[in-house]
Amino acid sequence: MGKKILLEHIDKPGIKSYEVYRQHGGYASVEKALKEMKPADIVEEVKKSGLRGRGGAGFPTGMKWSFIDKKSGNPRYLVCNADESEPGTFKDRYLMEFIPHLLIEGMITSSIALESNLGFIYIRGEFRWIKKILEVAIAEAKTAGWLGHNIMGTGYSLELVVHPGAGAYICGEETALLESLEGKRGLPRIKPPFPAVKGLYGNPTVVNNVETIAAVPWIINNGGDAYAKIGVGRSTGTKLISACGNINNPGVYEIELGLPVEEFLNSEEYCGGMKDGKMLKAVVAGGSSVPILPSELFFKTKEGNPRLMSYESLSEGGFISGTMLGSGGFIAYDEDQCIVRNTWNFTRFYHHESCGQCSPCREGTGWMEKVLHSLEEGHGKISDIDLLFDIQKKIDGNTICPLGDAAAWPVASAIRHFREEFEWHVEHAHEATKRNYGLLKSTKEYFSVTAS
Amino acid sequence: MLAVKTNKPFNPSDEIKTRIREVMEQYPEGKSKSALLPVLHIVQDENDGWLSVEAMDKVAELMNLRPIEVYEVATFYSMYNLKPVGKFLLEVCHTGPCAIRKGEWLVDYLKKKLRINVGETTTDGMFTLKTVECLAACGYAPMMQVGEFYYEFLETPEKVDKLLDDFRMKGISKK
Repeated sequence: MGKKILLEHIDKPGIKSYEVYRQHGGYASVEKALKEMKPADIVEEVKKSGLRGRGGAGFPTGMKWSFIDKKSGNPRYLVCNADESEPGTFKDRYLMEFIPHLLIEGMITSSIALESNLGFIYIRGEFRWIKKILEVAIAEAKTAGWLGHNIMGTGYSLELVVHPGAGAYICGEETALLESLEGKRGLPRIKPPFPAVKGLYGNPTVVNNVETIAAVPWIINNGGDAYAKIGVGRSTGTKLISACGNINNPGVYEIELGLPVEEFLNSEEYCGGMKDGKMLKAVVAGGSSVPILPSELFFKTKEGNPRLMSYESLSEGGFISGTMLGSGGFIAYDEDQCIVRNTWNFTRFYHHESCGQCSPCREGTGWMEKVLHSLEEGHGKISDIDLLFDIQKKIDGNTICPLGDAAAWPVASAIRHFREEFEWHVEHAHEATKRNYGLLKSTKEYFSVTAS
Repeated sequence: MLAVKTNKPFNPSDEIKTRIREVMEQYPEGKSKSALLPVLHIVQDENDGWLSVEAMDKVAELMNLRPIEVYEVATFYSMYNLKPVGKFLLEVCHTGPCAIRKGEWLVDYLKKKLRINVGETTTDGMFTLKTVECLAACGYAPMMQVGEFYYEFLETPEKVDKLLDDFRMKGISKK
């Protein structure tokens, strides 16, 4: 069993309630932060912990906090990004639904560090029942004196508001989220200025993912150094991985960073291996936006090193032969799955979710969707494959926000690693329209069979 | 997408007006426009699950906004329905991870079972079928959202039939 930080108490009956959460040491970090520490000390501990943003970008949290402008004297805000919508990702939902006080405690301790008196939890609108769970937890924390005016007689005051979105992937991008929180369309802002200087209502703001904020109480209770000892290298601590696809045990798992990918996929403690004894064909390791990897490059890097579940190991080889840990949305594809169809599906998603602000993304995602759909339906040409590669290249890096890149990468990596399968769709148009591809052990073996 | 005008005024109860005011007061002074998304959710629930032009105009009036500020937001977010919907809006996820675990089957099954296409409502006004993009339930596919809750692991016709029957019973008694 690996170290559990976030889910240590998840199995305790009634942990959703304030009383049980408190019995298991809940809210100790707030007490410590208010009575024994200065805000700068809290920031320092988080810096020492090496905690990195768990939403996908992996930016060091302590550094993000230290950028917040405290000199201007303007109100500062902490905004929790609970707009979990990256395909493959369903971890924040689990935390908020089953141990809501951990997020509330994290919000309070983090707000003390940022010297903020008003915080928001921007939760995706579809999580209607979870919004209620959080509101109950906030009310309980308030009754117990951890929120509101003059907390524990220290003179510090804090209010938390749960704010629902209304169905827009783009609002997971921090500046689009802030626009949405201001009651507008979720259109990303041009950076700089960064939210730490000009964020919500033009005031200094920090936006952190649910899982990031939920890790703060443990760091404050046990110290940043203790957290930094867990994990491997610059991938410190634990990470929630939401595992799905064609595996035996889909679900949310807390892993110590550095766990070998093979163990994660095959051990009973985690994914439990592939469903129905099928072969693994490909993996999307960190949410739909990260490059897809064929099984051989997933288990081992191009240099032959065993791949680990860590920021560095998964990205080893760059985009040519590596991928990213991203949000921890782990999708496993078995031998029957069609890469072209999956790429079309993801591209339809990005087209649907593009906010329409930048032409490369607005037009490019729709164009790619059309080309991929015609390939999938057996109307494609060989030249379409190069066309797709060309379109994605023109989106990547040419948009205000990373949605454009996120739409481009899955297409680029699918063509890079599974080009034969795209070609096969053109050359065997009739067979391609049948849904089950009955692929054998690997794509290569399959092509050698059909080629004859 | 153009919103639909019904020529039927939307008159929220005092209770709803109070709730709207309370939501607006959660935000800092002068920033009550922030309440627009939550307020639209409240109004949509009150207006049989969709936002008519009249309902949006009422929101503008209550929140002291220009109508265009409400329209531009309502048309941006996929959860706001700009056309009438059935008593039960079935929102089936068809994004990648669900699609490889019978998500597409679920859409097809519901189409056949309810004899409607995606985007349509059954003639008795009970069900509207909608496909949606990722609802963060990837490990529990196939799934759909109906009203406040998620319904997951709907991998057999029996499970789906039972669920539809339950909704239908609820729908009849609601009336």
